[in-house]
Amino acid sequence: MKSDTIHSEVPRRSAPPVRASAAGHLQAWLPKLVLAPSVVISLCFVYGFMLWTFILSLTDSRMLPSYDFVGFAQYARLMNNERWWVAATNLGIFGALFVGCCLVLGAGLAILLDQRIRREGVLRTLYLYPMALSFIVTGVVWKWLLNPGLGIQAMVRGWGFESFTFDWLVDPDMAVYTLVIAAVWQASGFVMALFLAGLRGIDDSILKAAQLDGASLPRVYWRVVMPCLRPVVFSAVMILSHIAIKSFDLVVALTGGGPGYSSDLPATFMYAHAFSRSQIGMGSASAILMLGGVLAILVPYLYSELRSRRHG
Amino acid sequence: MSALEIDNVCKDFGTTRVLEEVSLAIDSGEFLILVGPSGCGKSTLMNAIAGLEPVTSGRILVGGDDITWRTPAERDIAMVFQSYALYPSMTVHGNIAFGLEMRKVPRVEREAAVERVADLLQISHLLNRKPAQLSGGQRQRVAMGRALAREPQIYLFDEPLSNLDAKLRVEMRTEIKKLHQRLGTTIVYVTHDQIEAMTLADSIAVMRDGRILQLGSPDEVYNNPADMFVAGFMGSPSMNFIEARLDGEPGAYRLHIATDGEAELTLPWPASRETPALAEHVGRTLTLGLRPEHFAEEDARLGDRAEGTPLSARVSVVEPTGADILLRLPLGDTEITARVGPDCRVAPGERLGLRVDMRRAVLFDAETEARLA
Repeated sequence: MKSDTIHSEVPRRSAPPVRASAAGHLQAWLPKLVLAPSVVISLCFVYGFMLWTFILSLTDSRMLPSYDFVGFAQYARLMNNERWWVAATNLGIFGALFVGCCLVLGAGLAILLDQRIRREGVLRTLYLYPMALSFIVTGVVWKWLLNPGLGIQAMVRGWGFESFTFDWLVDPDMAVYTLVIAAVWQASGFVMALFLAGLRGIDDSILKAAQLDGASLPRVYWRVVMPCLRPVVFSAVMILSHIAIKSFDLVVALTGGGPGYSSDLPATFMYAHAFSRSQIGMGSASAILMLGGVLAILVPYLYSELRSRRHG
Repeated sequence: MSALEIDNVCKDFGTTRVLEEVSLAIDSGEFLILVGPSGCGKSTLMNAIAGLEPVTSGRILVGGDDITWRTPAERDIAMVFQSYALYPSMTVHGNIAFGLEMRKVPRVEREAAVERVADLLQISHLLNRKPAQLSGGQRQRVAMGRALAREPQIYLFDEPLSNLDAKLRVEMRTEIKKLHQRLGTTIVYVTHDQIEAMTLADSIAVMRDGRILQLGSPDEVYNNPADMFVAGFMGSPSMNFIEARLDGEPGAYRLHIATDGEAELTLPWPASRETPALAEHVGRTLTLGLRPEHFAEEDARLGDRAEGTPLSARVSVVEPTGADILLRLPLGDTEITARVGPDCRVAPGERLGLRVDMRRAVLFDAETEARLA
């Protein structure tokens, strides 16, 4: 009986190898076929255009691209351009404050939410909602809120505090800080979610052990928990800084780069020069410098992450 | 004055009561083990002692001080966790010194303490490593070192060996026992492993459903169990429970065990083990408790001098463990386990003559599971 069944199975098994190998070929090629269009598209439209931008930044292109190479003259012009330095300084202020405030607020909210409070789900969603909005919407909302004649200033004055002034939006020295307020409002809930996920991954008994060791709650978090969250901090800094560097829509919606060009960021500078001021060459040069900025953050980050993973 | 006294402690989670009027006291230097199945409240009791869970009512005293409402930091208690709970970002040295640092112990003393426990636990060569670079047994040692460095009044161990493999568990068990003998520390130790409980404890508290069923020395708990649950929980393989009908009169009680298709088996109950409670149960079916080692192979050479009550049964399974042989034999309605010497030559299906040591047998009420004799 046994040997019969074995015999009858052998030819049946050996019959479909042709089909099987065709299927095997298909199986081996299918992922490549499916991925090919996106690889081509990203090669062409991301890396291709990056390369084109770099080439344009070496030319004297103004309203239309030209291919008269002028070396690094556009970069030299950029370095002598006062407006570029305003934009770059603004990016420094905006980036540092935005990343810093988001981390502190996000971590704080996450720690408070992690105390097993009631209605945590509702609060978590509430804090996370701003992230669901586009920066344009955030910009418009805060434009109204910060408008001295319509928003917070008008409201507080309406309550009777006639001397109350909150006009950062129209103050050239302070306009960049309104960008920070709006961006922090939008992104800190997201950072909170990152930290909360990290906190939830920490073994409960570690907190208990630290308590028994005599550490107060702030010290438990500072000495024991936060060091465990280093990867989360890294990811948050990484995500936030590239949001900061490419910030464009928020500036356009909230301040329009103004008053004057006092709240310009490199992205708005680049757009203004490349597309409305017929300075494609200089705009490209500024775009390449921004790319350099992103890479300067990205490369060390990836390096340290990959290295720690290899060690871990 | 007791080192640790727990006085009528109750704990509710919502409407569920997880600790029901738990009271116990241990002396300084005593090794107390809380043992019981999962969900019996032993870990909750330990967390209550540590101050990690507030109690609903009752008092906890350490060295005579009422610490019921103190924070964990204010109690002089250290704990070793099941997951070790080492601080992942700190080195072994940092882990051991952290508690001292938080208690503002000067640096010199701190270093001395770290050195002392590292020597004691043989982890001096690991001091600069991070927990992730350690093996399970090494982590276990570091976790103990962290507790030892602080020299607290009471050590709590929460199933510390359950994440180790079998061989390491036995090694660490011995090591904990040695440490306790050497340092004379007061330890409360939670486990669900009754062998750990038997080997380590000065006293064992067997818990079930939030109550302490029995508190006593390992010998008492093992040989003189308070009820059927304790009897069945302690010991491996566990105690055999056989249904038996009691008859006779004081001085001459007998137990009858009905057996399938064979003559009824009669075991005389030793007069020395009689209790007044037995008189009320004459004619009723009780549960006879016999441990596997209460059986012995009939030794023909001893003849009439052999002790115990003779009994013969057909062997269904033979399980040699090396040190001895476990036999499964049908007796009455159940199948019992008997532990015999390693040179017993018996094959499944054969009949084997056994002797039962009835002086060590125990009797329970079949319904209430309470101990009768």
